[in-house]
Amino acid sequence: MADDFILQTRDLVKEFKGFTAVDRVNLNVRRGTIHALIGPNGAGKTTVFNLLTKFLQPSRGVIVYNGRDITRSGPAEIAKHGLIRSFQISSVFPHMTALENVRLALQAKHGGSYQFWRPGKVLERHNAKAMELLQAVGLEEFAQVPAVELSYGRKRALEIATTLAMDPELMLLDEPTQGMGTEDVGVITELLRRVAKGRTVLMVEHNLGVVSTLADRITVLQRGAVLAEGSYQEVSTNPEVINAYMGGAHA
Amino acid sequence: MNRWLWIVLIALGLAAPYVLYPVFVMKLLCFALFACAFNLLLGYTGLLSFGHAAFFGGAAYVCGHALKVWGLPTELGILLGAAVGGLLGLVFGSLAIRRQGIYFAMITLALAQIVYFVALKSPFTGGEDGLQGIPRGKLFGVIDLEDSLNMYYFVLAIFLAGFWLIDRIVDSPFGQVLKAIRENEPRALSLGYDVSRFKLAAFVMSATLSGLAGATKAVVFQFASLTDVHWATSGEVILMTLLGGLGTILGPMVGAFTVVSLHSKLSAIGSWVTVIIGITFIVCVLLFRRGFVGELQHLLRGQFGAEPGKPQAGGKPVAVAQPGSGGKH
Ligand SMILES: Nc1ncnc2c1ncn2[C@@H]1O[C@H](COP(=O)(O)OP(=O)(O)OP(=O)(O)O)[C@@H](O)[C@H]1O
Ligand SMILES: [Mg+2]
Repeated sequence: MADDFILQTRDLVKEFKGFTAVDRVNLNVRRGTIHALIGPNGAGKTTVFNLLTKFLQPSRGVIVYNGRDITRSGPAEIAKHGLIRSFQISSVFPHMTALENVRLALQAKHGGSYQFWRPGKVLERHNAKAMELLQAVGLEEFAQVPAVELSYGRKRALEIATTLAMDPELMLLDEPTQGMGTEDVGVITELLRRVAKGRTVLMVEHNLGVVSTLADRITVLQRGAVLAEGSYQEVSTNPEVINAYMGGAHA
Repeated sequence: MNRWLWIVLIALGLAAPYVLYPVFVMKLLCFALFACAFNLLLGYTGLLSFGHAAFFGGAAYVCGHALKVWGLPTELGILLGAAVGGLLGLVFGSLAIRRQGIYFAMITLALAQIVYFVALKSPFTGGEDGLQGIPRGKLFGVIDLEDSLNMYYFVLAIFLAGFWLIDRIVDSPFGQVLKAIRENEPRALSLGYDVSRFKLAAFVMSATLSGLAGATKAVVFQFASLTDVHWATSGEVILMTLLGGLGTILGPMVGAFTVVSLHSKLSAIGSWVTVIIGITFIVCVLLFRRGFVGELQHLLRGQFGAEPGKPQAGGKPVAVAQPGSGGKH
């Protein structure tokens, strides 16, 4: 039964100097689904992501990934086990080309990264795979362009390509459409739908349109605690959720 | 690095002792190697160490002691110096690597001050007088290094080997990870790179090569002194690197040449040297923010390098390849 869930947390708590940012959160992310984490600004969504990816140590509680307790693991270690995150603000290697960005992920996956005596040419063995990934997100024309020169939407697409290069079992995406125009939002939504096939995705998303099209299941967070959980239908008609979103907090 | 640059560099190195004083060029080469080693850390990994004199000077003392007192062959003494530089680097690195920015710099400075204090107080360093009369000896037991041309070509070989290694490290898969860490550390971490271990490895490499430079310098001048481990030397190598161009392969070399030349040209006027170098530095930083080499590269790129297919910044939608859109062209 537990095998159905790729990621589970038990009473996860994070306190910052007496302030409880995450309050006894129990998450159950079912394998092969797209699970959305929503909630007003400051609800603790990014903090939950930081706990799950070990960028922060939880104050209390347990995190289980693929049946293994990862509460005390390090961020690099869990990445190696296929749990890969993206960040709320676009996160690329700015002065490296799009191709080099993706190649870094492929290099992380395939090893050999401590080889300081070999020429950089050996990385060209990853070029074909990297181009394939860039093509999947529509960036093949920009392979040789430094990431810093890409438009915002393309930077986010590059980030997704880089994350995909790790062939993650579980992708954690923190607001992949934040700060985008409607056109880009549509494009990224479509992209996410395609790349989520055969994987599990846990995403934070403010855009309820995106959530309603993509998410199989939704967890609503408010002031660090879980307020509601269910399908989009269930959650969007829940009076408490409506109240939380209307009551001053802007989504 | 480009093959033509290598040919020019080697040709200049071979010809230099016929134009300039060999001892002066050897000094240039030692400091150039030191600055290149430092740049591996600051320029390519993004770590500012304020304690590199400890590796440079520590290696100079150990190498000097090994040659003078233990009678080790010259080449082994230099290697031992480099190894001690690396070992000190491992200690410094292990203690400092988890700190960020200014804290990292302060810890390396504090540790280097401890090394300075040890050099000042221990009997084997000669305290204020320094360690004098280090024999140059014979290379591999046959080539007499008291001959200044022999010594020069030996130093040139060490410099070229060290510089080649740095160039290779920067270009290697490992170097690519270092750049990624400099560019965006959290992202590198989230891709599964054990960032602390990569930083530590880079730190040890940089310290070892700094030790190589310091040990070689001790053999050239036949003495090691407190100046070599003084914090001012740590400051000077930062200055050389910034002046020449941070994160460029040739920059630190150019910076080292500039600073060492200024020192020797101006040595007649005494302590004003420091002031003049300070002013030069300020003017250069204001005029050439990227350093000499960095500025030159930028200029060349602006001239010829308008990227084809460079996208317009702005809100155009991302073109996601649709199943029927034909893909690559
Ligand atoms: N390192 C920290 N130290 C102290 N407080 C923090 C820290 N990180 C987050 N917080 C606080 O925890 C709360 C939750 O923040 P978090 O960033 O997780 O919210 P969020 O749900 O991601 O919000 P948003 O929608 O704005 O991204 C906020 O009140 C924030 O100020
Ligand atoms: Mg957030």
